[in-house]
Amino acid sequence: MAIDIDTARKVARLARIRVEDADLPKLAEQLSGILGFMEQLNEVDVTGVEPMVSVTPMRLKRRADVVTDGNIQAQVLKNAPDAREGFFAVPKVVE
Amino acid sequence: MLDLTYTAPTPKVIAGARHDWELVIGMEIHAQVSSNAKLFSGASTAFGAEPNSNVSFVDCAMPGMLPVINEFCVEQAVRTGLGLKARINLVSAFDRKNYFYPDLPQGYQISQLYHPIVGEGEVIVEMGPGIARRVRIERIHLEQDAGKSIHDMDPNLSFVDFNRTGVALMEIVSRPDIRGPEEAAAYVTKLRQILRYLGTCDGNMQNGNLRADVNVSVCRPGAYEKYQATQDFSHLGTRCEIKNMNSMRFIQAAIEYEARRQIAILEDGGEVVQETRLYDPDRNETRSMRSKEEAHDYRYFPDPDLLPLEIEQAWVDDIAARMPELPDAKKARFMADYGLTDYDANVLTAELDAANYFDAVARGRDGKMAANWVINELFGRLKKEGHDISESPVSAAQLGGIIDLIAAGTISGKMAKDLFEIVYTEGGDPAQIAEARGMKQVTDTAAIEAAVDEIIAANPEQVAKSKANPKLAGWFTGQVIKATGGKANPATVNALVAKKLGL
Repeated sequence: MAIDIDTARKVARLARIRVEDADLPKLAEQLSGILGFMEQLNEVDVTGVEPMVSVTPMRLKRRADVVTDGNIQAQVLKNAPDAREGFFAVPKVVE
Repeated sequence: MLDLTYTAPTPKVIAGARHDWELVIGMEIHAQVSSNAKLFSGASTAFGAEPNSNVSFVDCAMPGMLPVINEFCVEQAVRTGLGLKARINLVSAFDRKNYFYPDLPQGYQISQLYHPIVGEGEVIVEMGPGIARRVRIERIHLEQDAGKSIHDMDPNLSFVDFNRTGVALMEIVSRPDIRGPEEAAAYVTKLRQILRYLGTCDGNMQNGNLRADVNVSVCRPGAYEKYQATQDFSHLGTRCEIKNMNSMRFIQAAIEYEARRQIAILEDGGEVVQETRLYDPDRNETRSMRSKEEAHDYRYFPDPDLLPLEIEQAWVDDIAARMPELPDAKKARFMADYGLTDYDANVLTAELDAANYFDAVARGRDGKMAANWVINELFGRLKKEGHDISESPVSAAQLGGIIDLIAAGTISGKMAKDLFEIVYTEGGDPAQIAEARGMKQVTDTAAIEAAVDEIIAANPEQVAKSKANPKLAGWFTGQVIKATGGKANPATVNALVAKKLGL
């Protein structure tokens, strides 16, 4: 499956990555290359093989329902371009 | 136990300009899981905290932070599944739903698209005595809640608070089995009741802890039955999804409006476009949310930060063994053991606290009498002062004590009401209060007989009148009760007066 220029543009917009029009053909070609490799992998018959989700035989780690974190408002807001009265301040989002 | 069997209600029919239409409704309920900490972090879930104070570096998506699942949230989802008689999936997995919005710092929501933790179940939604809709549950999955944006603090800026970001939600997805606005509201009410009984969600709609997305379509009569027979959706109309409603009234109004909008389009020869819409309560209309349409390309993929969630059947069995009595079972028991009417049983099981209170009052006593006292006297009195059952100044033991005094014939119904008022306002042991204040009805026939004789002898004119018109004999009953200071048992007096007057 090949990624055309329009698909590349759409994926970039959905990912909020700015890509200049001039760069789109090269990006589309590279994405197509990745998908081509996937298709090659897809040729292997894996009927009846359980998907392997991890290389280590581990159980999903769990935590107890205890409050152990938080109350770090200043640190949470530290990198914000704009923060006011304890909130992140962002350009108006109107629905 | 009493087995409750139901017949299905008739679907709502809306008359269009050309012909009749029926509604088909499916719902997605987002219920916030009751837990101390968030789904994947150790930050608190408490409502109303300082903005961005219940936020960890995981919640605000700082680079390199990893999610670790809260085991209790998983337990709550399993408990909810069991409460809805649903299949529990011992293996489930988390996926990323990708979209950009200021209240979602990760740029994706961790959810369970492909392998939800809970499979198919059902909710019985009563629409009247003996009438109920069985709404099939398709699935329940665990996911993260988003943050909160506030738009009215600044003319040019939105303010974002991540306190709710990452709190666990259960998305409870129904099949399109709901057939009218009233059924939709009743479904949410029933689901909320079950969740509150289970203790898995507090159901507080005002705080947004229970929100509903409603899928509405319309079809011609007969089409829905074809869908049910085949489960083939092509028999149904194109649906629209109305997002994020947190009031029963709005849910009903939005469905009503949306159905009429679709009918108008179809009767005009047009086609309904599948889309996401927003209900505006101020204008009572739904509007297209075009901005959401492109974002619908969510590019789901398995979350590489989280292994599949594997749980053991023994653990599920242990949760099942600790299940509380649920609303349907409680109602059936109240009707069977206490002889309650369908209506009273509904009133008394609506809220768990009230049900437990009634249970304590009724145990070992006359169930109907207990129901009357709890519903008419206690609920009435509490409502007058805007109080909740949990704030009742009269305990179940105290109310039980009053009922015991009536049952023993010690006090009359009238005295009991006075005694209730004293216990409500002053507190204390009903038996001791009755004793100390001389609240004791006279059932001693000899004493009452003397009073009756005395009054008959003193009022020959009334005697003559009553003999001519027996309805007037009530005057004597009143006088005798008055003469005994309200302590004579009215039934005993009535009988004696009638006998003495030869009526």
